[in-house]
Amino acid sequence: MKKTKTMSLNFGPQHPAAHGVLRLILELEGEIVEKADPHIGLLHRGTEKLIENKTYTQALPYFDRLDYVAPMNQEHAFALATEKLLDIEVPIRAKYIRVIFCEIGRILSHILNVTTQALDVGALTPSLWGFEERETLMTFYERASGSRLHANYFRTGGVHKDLPTKLIEDIGKFCETFPKIINDLEDLLTENRIFKQRNVEIGLVTKKEALDHSFSGVMLRGSGIPWDLRKSQPYECYNDLKFNIPVGKNGDCYDRYLCRIEEMRESVKIIKQCIENLPKGPVKTVDGKISPPNREELKQSMEALIHHFKLFTEGFRVPAGNVYTAVEAPKGEFGVYLISDGSNRPYRCKIRAPGFSHLQAMDHLIRGHMLADVPAVLGSLDIVFGEVDR
Amino acid sequence: MEINNLNNLEKLVNAELSSKIQSSEIKYNELLLKISVNEIVAVITFLKSNSRLKFKQLIDIAAIDYPNEDKRFELVYLLLSIESNLRIKISVKFESNEKIPSITKIFPSANWMEREVFDMYGIKFINHPDLRRILTDYNFKGHPLRKDFPLTGFNEVRYSEKDKKVIYEPVKLEQNYRNFDFSSPWEGTKYEKAIMEKEKNEKN
Repeated sequence: MKKTKTMSLNFGPQHPAAHGVLRLILELEGEIVEKADPHIGLLHRGTEKLIENKTYTQALPYFDRLDYVAPMNQEHAFALATEKLLDIEVPIRAKYIRVIFCEIGRILSHILNVTTQALDVGALTPSLWGFEERETLMTFYERASGSRLHANYFRTGGVHKDLPTKLIEDIGKFCETFPKIINDLEDLLTENRIFKQRNVEIGLVTKKEALDHSFSGVMLRGSGIPWDLRKSQPYECYNDLKFNIPVGKNGDCYDRYLCRIEEMRESVKIIKQCIENLPKGPVKTVDGKISPPNREELKQSMEALIHHFKLFTEGFRVPAGNVYTAVEAPKGEFGVYLISDGSNRPYRCKIRAPGFSHLQAMDHLIRGHMLADVPAVLGSLDIVFGEVDR
Repeated sequence: MEINNLNNLEKLVNAELSSKIQSSEIKYNELLLKISVNEIVAVITFLKSNSRLKFKQLIDIAAIDYPNEDKRFELVYLLLSIESNLRIKISVKFESNEKIPSITKIFPSANWMEREVFDMYGIKFINHPDLRRILTDYNFKGHPLRKDFPLTGFNEVRYSEKDKKVIYEPVKLEQNYRNFDFSSPWEGTKYEKAIMEKEKNEKN
């Protein structure tokens, strides 16, 4: 009898379904995957090292560059960590604005994921429809911060600038029209025979596996564990908002897709509530030692001028200590473990990226599946290499 | 006693693991336990398997470098209990040549996290199934997150039109990296490159 030999196949780093620069070395027995060894780090930029050499204000933009499809959610985690160390209170209006943009980030990320996952399994149209909406949302980013992707909008103690009234109206209008687009996407995919064949019962994760592999976010909820940091460990004003957490049943790619679709609807609800109840007031802390003065003050007050100079050269000093803060980013629990030694720069900033743990389980998830299932599983893991490689 | 807040958790952990815990403190509403290297596996197994605690998720492993201290490195294990909605931080400090017991048997997800710590700090783990570099380049030398590793690194990569391939060469700085010292702002800046050159000249 002829002996069968396994074949090793290099999937990526340049492959449209690798969602970035993943090099996946697959051991194949015929068309069945025996082993998968992801090689990551091709997008490693040394974010953590860079942050150690920057002031707190300068460190914030690096977070945009992690998960670059939902930039502000990352900024949020870092801003919360510094605020916890500084022990300062964020004005209520800033909290609402932050939540609005975090939820916009969630929609941005989920649209990208759902539609590209559909693309990976053969459906082209959803991505064309979805990207139109992403464009609208990124215009909102631009109108608030001046940049479509790398926003650098959140600040320690609030947000950079108040939103223009017209922008708030337009976000409100978007909330009216967007649910229809979600329905359209669902019409294309949810009951689609091919989409279901490629996703149902693929990449199954049990509850125990999900916990053991440090899954978070949709990967955890898809397996039926009702866990969302916005509900269980509420930060900002999530306590005052009414929303539901969609939870899956089977823990396969299809359930995760359904969770993401449903989460987009919930995000729209949250944004609507925030816009309706948006309080008036300042958008960053009034503490002049932390947030810079505005232009008019700068021309009038000597103290403001000194503050401005000191903040943009030295930055503010943060009391020594160590904190871990986590936010529910679209991909899962995004955390920052921040250590300060009392100087104007972080001593250490460990970034906990959800995608890192998810990709780690790739070997476990894909064993025994067909080669054609690799893109489907990879798609539903929701991997973005900016955050995995850091 | 139901474990639903940090004070109860601290009491319970101290009662059950009294001899294994060096100190515990609650600060910023977070519980930090300090233990010794030999107790890592025992403490984490206890936290995971205890029916009242159920710290079933390993969130992350963070390493920190303190080059001026005797015990140079610190590892912080961040655990989460979904059942009781609590987090815990476990810190171990050790010297630079010590090897650390791996917890991959307890948490499969520790595999990559420990690989990352090894890659970034050169901390070695005992019983780790596959301790390779993970984030840095193939054939990378050094451990970049150590405080004595320069921010600019040693080598840079570019495509050479002459050789028609990607080549590695030593870092050349077009502009000095300016590291401002804010503790004494009136002394002016120190230019690292100038200092390096000066040191070089002194050696020669």
